[in-house]
Amino acid sequence: MQELTQSFQPQLAGGAISSAADLLWLIPALPIVASGVIALLKQPRRKTAAGLAICSLAFSLLLSLAAFGHVVSGWARGTAVRETVNFSWIQVGTTHVELGWVLDPLSAVMLVMVTFVGLLIFIYSTGYMEHDENFTRFFCFLSLFAGAMLGVVISNSILLLFMCWELVGLTSYLLIGFWYQKPSASAAAKKAFLTTRVGDVFFLLGIVWLFAQTGTLLFYDSGAGSMEKLALGGLLVHPAMFGLTAAGAIGLLIFAGAAGKSGQLPLHVWLPDAMEGPTPVSALIHAATMVAAGVYLIARVYPLMEAGALAGGTTTALSVVTWVGASTAVFAALIAVAQNDIKRILAYSTVSQLGYMMAGLGMGGVAVGMFHLITHAFFKALLFMGAGSVIHGAHEEQDIRKMGGLKGAMPVTFATYAIGMLALCGFPLFFSGFWSKDGILEAAQHWSVAKAPFYMLVFGALLTAFYMTRQVSYVFFGTWRGHGHAHESPRVMTMPLAILAFFAIALAAIGTPAWPWFRAFLDGHMAEFDWHGFSEPGLMALMVTSSLVVFAGLLLGWWLYGNKSPSAEEPDALERAMPPVWAVLRDKLYVDELYGATVIAFYHWWAKVADWLDRRIWGGIVAGVALGFGWWAQLNRFLDTNVVDGSFDKGCEELASGGGLMSRVQSGRIQTYLRLLAVAVVVLTAILIWSSRG
Amino acid sequence: MIATPLAGYLLVAALVFAIGLAGALTRRNAILVLIGIELMLNAANLNLIAFWRYGPHPEAMTGMMFAIFSIAVAAAEAAVGLGLVISIYRHAKTTDLDQINRMKG
Amino acid sequence: MGIAFYIISALTVCGGLAAVLLKNTVHCALALTVAFAGLALLFLRLDAQFAGFAQILVYIGAVAILVVFAILLTRGSDTPKDGVFSKTWLAGLAIAAAVFSVLGWAVLQAAPWLPHETVAPNVTVNQIGEALMGRYVLPLEIVAVLLTAALVGAVIVAMHEKEGAK
Repeated sequence: MQELTQSFQPQLAGGAISSAADLLWLIPALPIVASGVIALLKQPRRKTAAGLAICSLAFSLLLSLAAFGHVVSGWARGTAVRETVNFSWIQVGTTHVELGWVLDPLSAVMLVMVTFVGLLIFIYSTGYMEHDENFTRFFCFLSLFAGAMLGVVISNSILLLFMCWELVGLTSYLLIGFWYQKPSASAAAKKAFLTTRVGDVFFLLGIVWLFAQTGTLLFYDSGAGSMEKLALGGLLVHPAMFGLTAAGAIGLLIFAGAAGKSGQLPLHVWLPDAMEGPTPVSALIHAATMVAAGVYLIARVYPLMEAGALAGGTTTALSVVTWVGASTAVFAALIAVAQNDIKRILAYSTVSQLGYMMAGLGMGGVAVGMFHLITHAFFKALLFMGAGSVIHGAHEEQDIRKMGGLKGAMPVTFATYAIGMLALCGFPLFFSGFWSKDGILEAAQHWSVAKAPFYMLVFGALLTAFYMTRQVSYVFFGTWRGHGHAHESPRVMTMPLAILAFFAIALAAIGTPAWPWFRAFLDGHMAEFDWHGFSEPGLMALMVTSSLVVFAGLLLGWWLYGNKSPSAEEPDALERAMPPVWAVLRDKLYVDELYGATVIAFYHWWAKVADWLDRRIWGGIVAGVALGFGWWAQLNRFLDTNVVDGSFDKGCEELASGGGLMSRVQSGRIQTYLRLLAVAVVVLTAILIWSSRG
Repeated sequence: MIATPLAGYLLVAALVFAIGLAGALTRRNAILVLIGIELMLNAANLNLIAFWRYGPHPEAMTGMMFAIFSIAVAAAEAAVGLGLVISIYRHAKTTDLDQINRMKG
Repeated sequence: MGIAFYIISALTVCGGLAAVLLKNTVHCALALTVAFAGLALLFLRLDAQFAGFAQILVYIGAVAILVVFAILLTRGSDTPKDGVFSKTWLAGLAIAAAVFSVLGWAVLQAAPWLPHETVAPNVTVNQIGEALMGRYVLPLEIVAVLLTAALVGAVIVAMHEKEGAK
């Protein structure tokens, strides 16, 4: 891309905060409050629940549009808007725990995307979940998710971001395991939570390190934030380990968290299993928004990731991001080729596209990665909702080998699905996916470190076209192999599809080289409509190359699968060609098995050790102490009975016997008394005489 | 006449006293115990009279008056005592002191 | 007249011994009377005529008779089967001997310092009467009360109980 005019003037610090920024907190707050109210509603109050959720998100959409408008107007005037509202939440000693939110181009576009796609999916869910008895609970969780996701988007404090991040993870768990009576669903929810947790541990380490090193939790704080020059400079000065600077190490830790949430290799294993959740959940969370949160996080901390990069070069952190992203893209695309579940294909496709986004961030910068994120959100949500519509129409059947010929029975679904599929493949010119993917490929082509990611991504594009064609042939072409009669979905489900299809095409407009509005908006410089944008050296060649790759994939897929309708029992066409390869791909390249053999096995072993330790050692100690106490108690009892009681009893006995002895004097016989008297007299007299004598 | 020393009377009195005491302490019959007591009292009276006679002021009659009162009291005591013995005999049908031990402690 | 003293003393002592040693209780009572008589004679020898005659009157004339009455009323004439002395008669004897020895020792101890016989006093009954009404009026009255009480008490104690509880 040609260098345009210099970057905008940053907004002066100390300027008045606009009302849009001040009220930004309402955007996540409204859905969360709605969620709380819905939680208190009884089961039958479906309309109220759905109404609350949709209204709250609609309000959030309006507020987001207002904020977006504010930022755009600022951009049009030539100022780079970045307004922050920060406040101190808790004070511990002299340390302040600061929270806050930020309104800048990045958060503005993300807000609009999340609220818009979210709203459409909410409306879609009212139709999809109509026959489900847990309707209200669904909307409660969905609303909570929306609020948490929006919280992640606007957060200016890394701590607030983490809190909302965890909340997003929680709601994802709740929604994946929505039909918790199914053991596979609850297992998948657990898997998702635990796998993302692994990433979150590293994320937390990164947060702590960042806070310790820079002394602030805020990203932007009038020059004192962690993403601003002063802090970044400080981070670069300290070398960490393995040749990394502190900035690089922290960046890698944060990327580990993002990798968990966004399903990058090797933490991708939870995403396909997450398809156990209802389709709207898959559409919203595992296509458009939550998995994009990881990408968004990297975009947010991008100044940290690229800190220390020399002109034209890149940092270690960004290189790692790129390699992981490119590998994920190819890896997931390969597995998607051999899957038979309609949602699972889309899930692996999502993983693959997330890899593209990460690679785009790594090689091309925030705008490149974010553009693909936005376009992907629209067409992936479209594809998932279309898949939901297909499942609905095929009477809850999800195996593509048991579908077929639905283009006649479900025309609207077919049309919108086709648009989404072409956008995903990157069909040239009219579809937004083409322009966003091309942006990434272009950045990969010019990457200074290596050329391998470029080839990997091209190969991934080929595979994407291939497996999507395979899926569409199985589902919409050929003959109907399912049971019963397929029917089109109701309007409430097909309308959102149509709207999303429109945007899957329309968004192309803002990302072409002729008018790179999106990139200009995010990077903060002017954009002009200029056909000469196409005359960049190598650009046309790249466009042609990628188009050819897409056509090749489409043709290959059509050739193998086309109008043929193999039944479920017959082996797949590719399987017949390359049986061992097919087997490996179908079994997801054995990653889950690898984890099972290593991590899980280790965990079980460790659990056994801990159990042994607990029962034998700690339990032994406790038992020993108890035994000791028992002995002590017995000793005490012995002492008490024999020594204390004994001596006391003995004493009493002695007294009694003494008394008995003494009472023998009282014989009742007078003569005895007389005798005693006489004796006493004798004694007294004797004493008297003796004393008088002496 | 050969004057008998005071000691002689005193010894006789002591002897009679001891005899009376022995009787009171050893005999089983309650009445004989009373007899012994009477003997003891008499011995004491003899002592009194003897000391009066050989004392410095016999004309004061102190000793003799004392002895007379003693006789009177002894008579009263004998009467009551014997009455008691009779009463006990009616209850216990015996005067054997070894068997009358209802005051046994 | 020393010899008279010895005879009378012997009589008294023998009477006393007989009184405590004889088996027949009536014989004991009679021996007691002899002992009383002997003591009365000793009183007379000591120039205590009034005391001597009072002794005869009261002791022999009343107490001894009373004792005999009591013996007869309590079938004391029957000899008990287990013997007249208690089982532990030796202890009593020993104690009495101890008493005698102590008293005797006291007397013999003080023998050198005892006063000698003086002139016989001339005590008339008149004087005694005056003394009783004068100096000893209080003891006299008290003894009178005592005698009355003893009289009443003896009667009550020895009275036959009424039939049934009172």
